[in-house]
Amino acid sequence: MHAALLALAEALMPRLPMLLILLPMLGAALMLLLGERRRSAKALLNLLCCAAGLLLALALLVWVDAREAPQAYAIYLPGNWSVPYGIVLVADRLSALLLVLASGGGLAAALFSLARWQRAGVHFHPLFQIQLMGLNGAFLTGDLFNLFVFFEVMLVASYGLLLHGSGRTRVRAGLHYIAINLLASSFFLLGAALLYGITGTLNMADMAFKLAQIPQADRGLMHAGAALLGLAFLIKAALWPLNFWLVPAYSAASAPVAALFAIMTKVGLYAVLRLWTLFFPGEAGTAMPLGGQVLVWGGLATLGFGALGALASQHPGRLAGYSVIASAGTLLAAVGMRQSAVTGGALFYLFSATLAVSALFLLVELIERSREVEDEAMRADTEDEELLPLPGAVVPEGVNLDEDEQALIGRAIPAAMAFLGLSFIVCTLLVAGLPPLSGFVSKLALLTALLNPAGLGQAAPAPGVAGWLLLALLILSGLAATIALSRIGIRYFWAPQQRPAPLLRVIECLPIVLLLAACGLLSWQAGPVLRYTEAAAQTLHRPGPYIEAVLGSQPVPPPAVVPPEVRP
Amino acid sequence: MEIVLALAIGVLGGAGVWLLLRPRTFQVLMGLSLLSYAVNLFIFATGSLSIGDEPIVRAGVPATLEHYTDPMPQALVLTAIVIGFATTALFLVVLLAARGLSNTDHVDGRETEEQP
Repeated sequence: MHAALLALAEALMPRLPMLLILLPMLGAALMLLLGERRRSAKALLNLLCCAAGLLLALALLVWVDAREAPQAYAIYLPGNWSVPYGIVLVADRLSALLLVLASGGGLAAALFSLARWQRAGVHFHPLFQIQLMGLNGAFLTGDLFNLFVFFEVMLVASYGLLLHGSGRTRVRAGLHYIAINLLASSFFLLGAALLYGITGTLNMADMAFKLAQIPQADRGLMHAGAALLGLAFLIKAALWPLNFWLVPAYSAASAPVAALFAIMTKVGLYAVLRLWTLFFPGEAGTAMPLGGQVLVWGGLATLGFGALGALASQHPGRLAGYSVIASAGTLLAAVGMRQSAVTGGALFYLFSATLAVSALFLLVELIERSREVEDEAMRADTEDEELLPLPGAVVPEGVNLDEDEQALIGRAIPAAMAFLGLSFIVCTLLVAGLPPLSGFVSKLALLTALLNPAGLGQAAPAPGVAGWLLLALLILSGLAATIALSRIGIRYFWAPQQRPAPLLRVIECLPIVLLLAACGLLSWQAGPVLRYTEAAAQTLHRPGPYIEAVLGSQPVPPPAVVPPEVRP
Repeated sequence: MEIVLALAIGVLGGAGVWLLLRPRTFQVLMGLSLLSYAVNLFIFATGSLSIGDEPIVRAGVPATLEHYTDPMPQALVLTAIVIGFATTALFLVVLLAARGLSNTDHVDGRETEEQP
């Protein structure tokens, strides 16, 4: 498996990052050509594209992982221009990890949509692929303006997907969502223009190189530009108080779309992580750069807000939305600590939490359906009583006719309810961070790194106020998530006794099982994954090799020297 | 020229922000449009303002910014205009859908008590 993936990556190598963008783009174009009639063909194409994307992303991950730091960058120049001038795609460990996450979550959401949601409106599958293209592009680009373009591609597709299925709540949530994202795009452009004005380049590595040497007089402008960019990313990453759009939008979206959106929130975090570590390199101990306090304290406030919101929410969809916010807060605060060990733990947490929340969003829809079934059944019961009185029988008042209570004892739980209940328990364990699953491993890794940044057994300074607060909030938010999810579980699974089992299709259960199995795999293989995320964090916090690798990449010589290759 | 452009960007941006905070969806749309105009002018201005300079290199003139205007912000602003136009059009459609579904043009889909 591992060797096969590595061989695939080697075979495709200079162009592998480009393929991850081209595949969903061409897939979407082909689906548009197929027209609205051939829905099953489009669904098949969507699944194939998602599966192929996952395979390519895994190959890229294996390829990047097999290399030592200075060569661990897959760099491709799409226009074959030399580096600071042309477009450049860069994949490092962080990008590869997020690409796998996006493709995997995308595959699960696409599978889930096959049961019902693909029929709720037009152009679901092309929009889905375009969203994946925007996500992949944002994770891969090494250029600030292309980051903007891929952000917009992703956002425009997300507007369409959010409105998929229509209805009043979706349109209202969509209106707010679009307005705030258009505003964020304006901030993004302002920030990018300011930084271009100062450095004269848009290439992120080149910009990082030049920002280190700008004159003192320009530092104010640079900080203004970086702050505007940060604002745009933090709106996407759901930092409190910029996150009030998230819960209505995510709980209004259809289930597969919400599952995909859970990954989209991580793009904001990725952009912060990438640019902040590039522009303001250095680890904890050096002077805190611009925005560091904002990230740490804002992240803590977001975590607290998410935990309180989860406690307050009565509806499982809103609860899942607040779980997204809580995980975003954890990540932002952990990244703001600027310690590669903490960032490594945070990246592991990101992977586990995103998969878990995606599964939760899918599960919420099925749980909701069980309640709908109950409503319909109750309605049917009352109608039956009115319509079918036994002929000639007089119903005595005050006597309970229902004598079936005996039969309840020992009644088998329907398979559908058993599946829903068990998946919900696993989701609770993952989201709340209880042992033995990856949610617990990730929180443990975070807490260990917070207390011992230099590794276990090494003398290290005690964490500051913010560190202790993060430690306390992480544990308390786990408690809050446990309480909130248990309450929902009691309401939906425990309290109702006579509820008929909802009708579930295998195609709806399969993606949830896959996502939870991925979390299980993550728990089992936690050691290698943690080593990988820690290596990713170290390359992030020491961006020198990244800058050298990008600036040192050479365009392919003209075809007069090398015979042109036939493109696959 | 700089002061005129700076004032124009400021007025457009200020009007955009004010409109963005209004309760009617059409006002929000106009606010977003004005804001994107302000942003586009701002991007254009980062390429140093000059009159009569071309962005394309001519023979015999040294290729420095003293003789040319920077082509990069122009390319950026073109992309930003296209993307901004498309998203604003999309917003307009959603606005009409929200109007049709809720019978009001309030951004929250329902009138508040204070509103006339």
